[in-house]
Amino acid sequence: MIPYNTAIVLTGTSLLGATSGLIGTFALLRRRALLGDTLAHAALPGLCLGFLLWHQRSLPVMLGGALATGVAGIGVVSGLRRFTRIKDDAALGIVLSLFFGAGLALLKFIQRHPVGDSPAGLDHYIFGSAAGMIASDVKLIGTIAVTGLLAILLLYKEFRMVSFDAAFARVQGWPASFLDFLIMLLVSVTVIVALPAAGVVLTAAQLVLPAVAARFWTDSLGVMLFLAASFGAVIGATGTLISAGGGVPTGPMIVLAGTALVAVAMLFAPRRGLLARTIADGRARRRIDEQNLLLAIDAPDPTSGGAAVTFDALAARLTQPVGRLRQSLRAAQRAGWLRRVNADSWRLTETGVSRAAAVTRARCLWRLFLTEYPESASLFNDLDVERIDEVLPSEIVAKLEEASHNSAPSHEEKAAP
Amino acid sequence: MKGIDLFSDGGQALWTISIAAAASLPCALLGCYLLLRRMSLLGDALSHAVLPGVVIGFWISGSTSSGWIFAAAVVVGLLTAVLIQLLHSVGGVTEDASLGVVFTSMFALGVVMLVKVGPRVDLDVDCVLYGLIESVWLDTQPMLGYEVPRALMSVVGVLMLSLAFIGLFWKELKLVSFDPRLATSMGYPATLVHYLLMGMVALAVVAGFYAVGSVLVIAMLIVPAATGHLLSDRLVGTMGWAAATAIASSILGYFGDLRFETGMAPMMAVVAGAGFTLALLLAPRHGLGSRAFHRFRLALRIVAEDVVAALYRTSETDSAELGLAWRSCLAAGGGGLLARLAVHVLFWRGEIGWVADRRVQLTATGRERAESLVRAHRLWEAYLGENFDLPLDHLHEPAERVEHYLGPALQEQLASELRRADLDPHGKVIPGSKLS
Repeated sequence: MIPYNTAIVLTGTSLLGATSGLIGTFALLRRRALLGDTLAHAALPGLCLGFLLWHQRSLPVMLGGALATGVAGIGVVSGLRRFTRIKDDAALGIVLSLFFGAGLALLKFIQRHPVGDSPAGLDHYIFGSAAGMIASDVKLIGTIAVTGLLAILLLYKEFRMVSFDAAFARVQGWPASFLDFLIMLLVSVTVIVALPAAGVVLTAAQLVLPAVAARFWTDSLGVMLFLAASFGAVIGATGTLISAGGGVPTGPMIVLAGTALVAVAMLFAPRRGLLARTIADGRARRRIDEQNLLLAIDAPDPTSGGAAVTFDALAARLTQPVGRLRQSLRAAQRAGWLRRVNADSWRLTETGVSRAAAVTRARCLWRLFLTEYPESASLFNDLDVERIDEVLPSEIVAKLEEASHNSAPSHEEKAAP
Repeated sequence: MKGIDLFSDGGQALWTISIAAAASLPCALLGCYLLLRRMSLLGDALSHAVLPGVVIGFWISGSTSSGWIFAAAVVVGLLTAVLIQLLHSVGGVTEDASLGVVFTSMFALGVVMLVKVGPRVDLDVDCVLYGLIESVWLDTQPMLGYEVPRALMSVVGVLMLSLAFIGLFWKELKLVSFDPRLATSMGYPATLVHYLLMGMVALAVVAGFYAVGSVLVIAMLIVPAATGHLLSDRLVGTMGWAAATAIASSILGYFGDLRFETGMAPMMAVVAGAGFTLALLLAPRHGLGSRAFHRFRLALRIVAEDVVAALYRTSETDSAELGLAWRSCLAAGGGGLLARLAVHVLFWRGEIGWVADRRVQLTATGRERAESLVRAHRLWEAYLGENFDLPLDHLHEPAERVEHYLGPALQEQLASELRRADLDPHGKVIPGSKLS
């Protein structure tokens, strides 16, 4: 049985994590990942001003102040960007550091000139402390979470449009600036609500980490939103549990839990993960080696007089390490593309000959395609596929074939690796 | 802070300010390169991310000013730069997000380490936020017969190193900052210079840690450089202003803290911010204030010129001696406050004068200016009429805009290119044409 307090705190942090993940997905896609960071830092003076003017620790007043200076900070960023020669990145840094500096100055001032409520614990806002969360805080977080979820459900199509192609959305007649503002508003409110638990310095990480981790696993926005929300909830809960057990601030522990998720995603995610990509890269390299080998054997060897090719001749034709050449020879022999004639020479089998012809044709057509339609080259990230007929429309392939018959096939082209 | 017999309060002020200045100068100078390369946020990231390095350094050496801290921080700083690059290029995460992931993770790691091992080495979260500036000057060591704070020696060491780095690699840094592609194609090792710079920034960040703490270092990295960037268009000028801002915030930060008790580090950030705001408003070329002033002067000149041109055109009609009614004068200037002001300026400069009955006429000097203006206007109309296939009623409007920007030299060139430089397409005389 979990104690009541722990249950409250856990509910709060996981709800917060889920909301941050949800909203953070849009922040990430809109390339506003660091705006949240600036916003959170810029909220500190507002928190302190709220306390200084009200003389007591009223959460709504302080969070109101935080929202005010946070949004003012964002306003200054866009003002600097639009009206001065200060660039985007410097503007973010300037606002972040100066507002945060002012906030720290206020904080220290309050601590040395106490008025009203004791200012003790005010500095918890910097690194976050979830332990003090009470039921009303969780209700507030819950309200924000539900509002955010509803907004996303209602405006899913619009948000998706703005996130991926704001210019297109504008041209299509969507109120893109308003939608953008709405997303920004959701981000701001989430950041501010997360402040007490996650802390000024690390709140932004709660927005970014689940979304970045989720991005590795999927290409679909819906799945990404779901994953990011789940990741957020998981790291919120994990971070809280570890922090409660180990006596360390909650904010950093949540972030480290998120870091672990990102690391796992980066290593093991299918397709985008490092492991999957290393395997895919190796596979592609081996396939290209194999194709090169087939082409190299296909060209007759003048020194040996016949269709068989010696190892030294192959090594001279293929500019690759001898070890790799042996490897691909073995692999090709296993696959039945070629046959060992004697200890040192190979020749193609019948299937090998037809495969070599297919490779030659595909390469020739791709080369023609690149010269005929250079503007479309970027559409294909794997130009070496032998499945050219599946990738390109048939009429284009036909056109290319016609062109290739017109230009006499030259022999160097065939032999070139 | 009282009752320290080694130094009077003056000594404390001197040492503290020197440490703060020597610590923030490298940040300010290297920050200029970050700003130029639009990598200010990488500086932000480094300033957060060196925290684990600082904690490890403290943990190994147990002292606040040892080489271990610098060494560990440089290693961690370079690691951060590499990780950000990796996550971006290998992981395919956008640059800002990869920055956000790496530096928050490193900082979180640092905070957790701090809480875990901090108490053993007398380092706490407050040090991270406010720096150590208020205490480091107490830890001294004899040097040339004086008791010099240890921290001063290490930050001066970093300052010297940064100056040497900037001096030695001046050309390379400049080239890489302004045009990395050109630098690469000319055979300069842009990547090497980049990582050297990152290493130096990590060193400077640790030095800045003494003065302003780990988080506010970002203020010293970006704000002085941005101030310099507003005040100067040259690298040397930018760096000079940045250095001046850093030194000024050290001095004023110390006294501001004495006055308001806000902590020296936040006060330094606030002073730097005030300096930046001043530069933002008052910088001669890029300041908002001076730009607004220049725009206002231009607007005033254009309105005044519209008024004198209108007066000139009246003087060409039969009712020349009557001048133009005051009210029509204002209308010619577009009405409103600006027109009123412009007319007053014209009176004050003696370019227009009263005829009678609230009517206004050009004086001799005013006439000269008006002639040049109307000449520009009609020359442009003639030029458009001769060279472009435009209907007659489309000539006036562009000329109305261009007339304000055609000086005597351009007017002569236009006149020499025209077949008829004495009459405009509407058949009006182009003034001044008989003189030339």
